[in-house]
Amino acid sequence: MSTVPDDLQYSKEHEWVRADGDVATIGITHFAQEQLGDVVFVELPEKGATVRQFSSLGVVESVKAASDIYAPISGEVVERNVKVMEKPELVNTAPYGDGWMIKVRLADKGELTQLLSPTDYRSHIGETAGAGGD
Amino acid sequence: MTIRTQVIPDSGVKTAVPALEPLLVEIHEEGRAGRHVRGGEEADALIPAAFARKAPLGLPELSEPQVVRHFTHLAQLNYAVDTGMYPLGSCTMKYNPKINDRVASLFADLHPKQPQSTVQGALTLLAELEGMLAKLTGMDAVTLQPAAGAQAEFTAILMFKAYHQKRGEGAKRHRVIVPDTAHGTNPASAAMCGFQVTTVKSDPHGNIDLASLKAALGDDVVGLMLTNPNTLGLFEERLREVCDAVHAVGGLVYGDGANMNALLGVARPGDLGFDCIHINVHKTFSTPHGAGGPGAGPLCVKEPLRAFLPKPWIVRDEQGRYHLDTARDDQPPAGLGDSIGRVRTFLGNFGVLVRAYTYMRTLGEEGLAEASNDAILAANYLLAQLREHYDVAFDRACMHEFVLSASRQKKQGVSALDVAKALIDEGFHPPTVYFPLVVPEALMIEPTETEPRETLDAFAAAMIRIAERAKTDPASVKASPVHAPLARLDEVTAARNPKLKWQRPT
Repeated sequence: MSTVPDDLQYSKEHEWVRADGDVATIGITHFAQEQLGDVVFVELPEKGATVRQFSSLGVVESVKAASDIYAPISGEVVERNVKVMEKPELVNTAPYGDGWMIKVRLADKGELTQLLSPTDYRSHIGETAGAGGD
Repeated sequence: MTIRTQVIPDSGVKTAVPALEPLLVEIHEEGRAGRHVRGGEEADALIPAAFARKAPLGLPELSEPQVVRHFTHLAQLNYAVDTGMYPLGSCTMKYNPKINDRVASLFADLHPKQPQSTVQGALTLLAELEGMLAKLTGMDAVTLQPAAGAQAEFTAILMFKAYHQKRGEGAKRHRVIVPDTAHGTNPASAAMCGFQVTTVKSDPHGNIDLASLKAALGDDVVGLMLTNPNTLGLFEERLREVCDAVHAVGGLVYGDGANMNALLGVARPGDLGFDCIHINVHKTFSTPHGAGGPGAGPLCVKEPLRAFLPKPWIVRDEQGRYHLDTARDDQPPAGLGDSIGRVRTFLGNFGVLVRAYTYMRTLGEEGLAEASNDAILAANYLLAQLREHYDVAFDRACMHEFVLSASRQKKQGVSALDVAKALIDEGFHPPTVYFPLVVPEALMIEPTETEPRETLDAFAAAMIRIAERAKTDPASVKASPVHAPLARLDEVTAARNPKLKWQRPT
């Protein structure tokens, strides 16, 4: 599995988006889970809640730190991944699969243009690694 | 059998690792007791049957020496400032002079509900402490109520809210700004007061980024929460401009005083542009802490915020006698005025405040300044020895603490956590790791002023040995600690599936 799949869009804060019609699935990237280390807790908004682009939508907590998850796009939460809340290790083992976070009904498809392409995201984390990460 | 050993770094002496201590319930023996309570059965008869227990309480039964030995063994397992260097960054684990406890014990028999006329000494001490803290921080008024730093933050943000409401701007101001290096309690305190949090990034020198801050400011801003020196151990170089920018939009500047140990007699937050600052007396003024306190977090404020301070206030009358501005302690304050009201029962954690008072009186103004200067010197002395061996997040002269990055070691397969665990085998308490969040593989080291040079050298030597082992034998670093009562703990399972309750073996 690629660490930056080609069929997704990305945020600078290390979230990914898979848009499918009106609905988009959101998760955190392989790079993000690697930086966090073993994830032990995930807090997600309830169905029906609204999330705003680049605002905090929830929290992911590892043995190292608790970090905000930022919404890469705005919209209404149509589903949240209950499985990842019960088994937070899914974020580490399958960040682009069973470790997804929420599905939202897009409020504004135009927002997708503000996200990074796989190529841009690769160079973004390349820069971050240059600043001291791995 | 092998007897495992540990090294005492101060002396180099090897000693056996103490064995783990069983739980009290595991050494329980039915019918054993430390004291025999006479008249128990007669008392039982007085309890109506409906209220009597059906099953025994299940408390462990032990003799007095068993209990004493149990707790003594636990104390022997403990690592404390009294047993060795404890460079836990941000926590200021300095030595706590024993005279503090001796003076606090003089007040042990006071009751918080005693008539005020009988506790004039205690009230005088508190009033004098308020004055000393105001002078040291360059502020005008002080409340001693908050039980710790986080509660002082909460108190201050409530006061900011009241201040803006009083000026008719309560409705439009709803955002609190924090830097990305802030203690986690800062955004939490703002959120608890119902405000939104805006995070501002750090610049390449480790300061709050002035341009980003200015972009985030507006007339909807409640204020800025700022730690100085910041959590990277660096003095905010453009502090005056930062404070001016916040004031220009009508916001207030909150000083998180967690790092006050670098500033005593060096710089006064009130002169630097802060509108208020809290003091973690349990850090800066040497009262025991760690593992949950108790602490105390006095909040010192400028004149415009005085009216909003929690009540009751300690007031001195014309005869020089002290009283509280409430008629009785169990009634709401008579004249609440603009005050946000009480945030803590009675007058705060009195015993801790007495220890802080004693520390300040023992050192005096010159002694406090010397303590801060020595803390800064000790940190820079260590940084100078370690900067070749570890990456330095922002390499400039530090204040009382500094942040290393184990990024170089990470490439060799050794993380900051592994370095911390290896330090246990070297006989030292590990530093704070993975904070602040802006530094990858962070190791935050605060030696404090109370370590002698030999101990600082021994710590630096241990850190350098670990860096060398990361190059030549990373597996051994990852396997540490081996000279501790417990080997590497499974922190992930502990967090994912915590066992929070002892269960009787069946």
